[in-house]
Amino acid sequence: MFTNNKNSIFPGFGLSLGYTLVYLSIIVLVPLSAVVLKTTSLSLPSFIAAVTTPRVLASFQLSFGMALLAGLINLFFGLLLAWALVRYTFFGKNVVDALIDLPFALPTAVTGIALAALYSKNGWIGKQLEPLGINIAFTPWGILVALIFIGLPFVVRTVQPILEEIELELEEAAASLGASRWQSFTKVVLPILLPALLTGFALAFARAVGEYGSVIFIAGNIPMVSEITPLIIITKLEQYDYAGATAIALVMLIISLLLLLAINGLQAWSAKQTGRTRQ
Amino acid sequence: MSLTTRFERSAATSEPVLIKALILCLSLSFFGVFLLLPLLSVFTEALHKGVIYYFRAITEPDTWSAMQLTLLAAAIAVPLNLIFGVAASWAITKFDFVGKHLLITLIDLPFSVSPVIAGLIFVLVFGAQGWFGSWFLDNDLKIIFAVPGIVLATIFVTFPFVARELIPLMEAQGREEEEAAAVLGANGWQTFWYVTLPNIKWGLLYGVILCNARAMGEFGAVSVVSGHIRGYTNTIPLQVEILYNEYNYVAAFAVASLLALLALITLIAKSYVEWRLKKETNAPSVIEGVV
Repeated sequence: MFTNNKNSIFPGFGLSLGYTLVYLSIIVLVPLSAVVLKTTSLSLPSFIAAVTTPRVLASFQLSFGMALLAGLINLFFGLLLAWALVRYTFFGKNVVDALIDLPFALPTAVTGIALAALYSKNGWIGKQLEPLGINIAFTPWGILVALIFIGLPFVVRTVQPILEEIELELEEAAASLGASRWQSFTKVVLPILLPALLTGFALAFARAVGEYGSVIFIAGNIPMVSEITPLIIITKLEQYDYAGATAIALVMLIISLLLLLAINGLQAWSAKQTGRTRQ
Repeated sequence: MSLTTRFERSAATSEPVLIKALILCLSLSFFGVFLLLPLLSVFTEALHKGVIYYFRAITEPDTWSAMQLTLLAAAIAVPLNLIFGVAASWAITKFDFVGKHLLITLIDLPFSVSPVIAGLIFVLVFGAQGWFGSWFLDNDLKIIFAVPGIVLATIFVTFPFVARELIPLMEAQGREEEEAAAVLGANGWQTFWYVTLPNIKWGLLYGVILCNARAMGEFGAVSVVSGHIRGYTNTIPLQVEILYNEYNYVAAFAVASLLALLALITLIAKSYVEWRLKKETNAPSVIEGVV
């Protein structure tokens, strides 16, 4: 499968590829295959039973639903932020640009407790919302807030470089042909950005589905209401129900793999549209 | 002239003032509420009871041992993934072989796996009921609920960082410079050391910075394999969780503020390296490779 076609004059092919494959296998492939093999210890009916209990189904619905909603919100505001960063001058722009990556750099546990403190009844935001009868912390909306936080940079950082590379002559041409600003945005700019927007959305969604640390502190973790799927896996592990935990993990792994393939396809499409190499 | 001013000067690429104000207002308030406020609240909550209490909280023995373990895990995971990243990107960008795209996808795999599952897989392999569990148990080696498990989980979650920075960079730089070196009689090691490494050093550093930030901050995966033994298998993020769950909020936020500081240092270093990278990729010799 991995054979060199001998058109390279460099040494070290066997060594570098061999090392890559061995290291990849030991750290990633063999441990991941344990999930598949462990699940085969369950019969098909008991596998299906394990992943379709009402509590597990409710958690799937919650995890995927909130990830979808957070992804859509980030799609809109991520585009606005990328737009502001590329096209406008404003005070503190460099700081805002650098801080967009904060969710990548801030450990999830820190995010979790910070959000829980902010949105609880005594917190800066929770205090403002309480008289209005809105509760965020320890409800499913808390999960949404956490997923928005961790997903935002994915959208901004995939859209921003594409936006930077759009030739301004394109929009000038559109304007000279009589297009309004809105028309040239929807008919010229948006189609170019579309693959990047979808990629950013898919990356944010994939991350949100499996997110654990930033969610559990603010979610309240009430079964059937605000219990995310990764937490169910942990609970089952703590009860030594390894087969049950692994069955749910396998379902999540398969979904992650499908998302990864979709993201790779989207990135290839984006590269083709814009002539860029893969990020 | 910068890109932004070019856009702002042309009527065809700028919005009416009102629309512009609306976009700036919406996007910056979203940024402020969802990103800035959580960061600020970490520091205000940490200093809530004053500086003395803050320092007492971060110099507690359990916190110290958590710091040592976090540093140890990062000190093992980062160099290992660095060596892997260089080897993988050398193989992928300097040679043609079948299955290259599959290999790149597999390298990215740990990013799309939930941290909880990343922990679970090592429990399945090394846990008491796992594949090698009984062998390790017989030989009195503890992997899970012990330090090696934490190190393994950290290596897994930070696995792709260096490789995924280097592969596109080395791909864009092409092979011409190394080919020239080889023609002039450099051996493989000399080619790598004098030609490739200077070209990729900023990209490499960028990957290491991100890898290190994640290694020190990982929570979910480490939480599954750690067993939360105080003073022994707690990393800094796990220590934050324990303090928080004990309603020791100020101490939890004090320890969390150390991680927030690390995140800020990471972002500053990252911005600097990004700026250097941009400067270098704008150099004419590389631009040809990109186009």
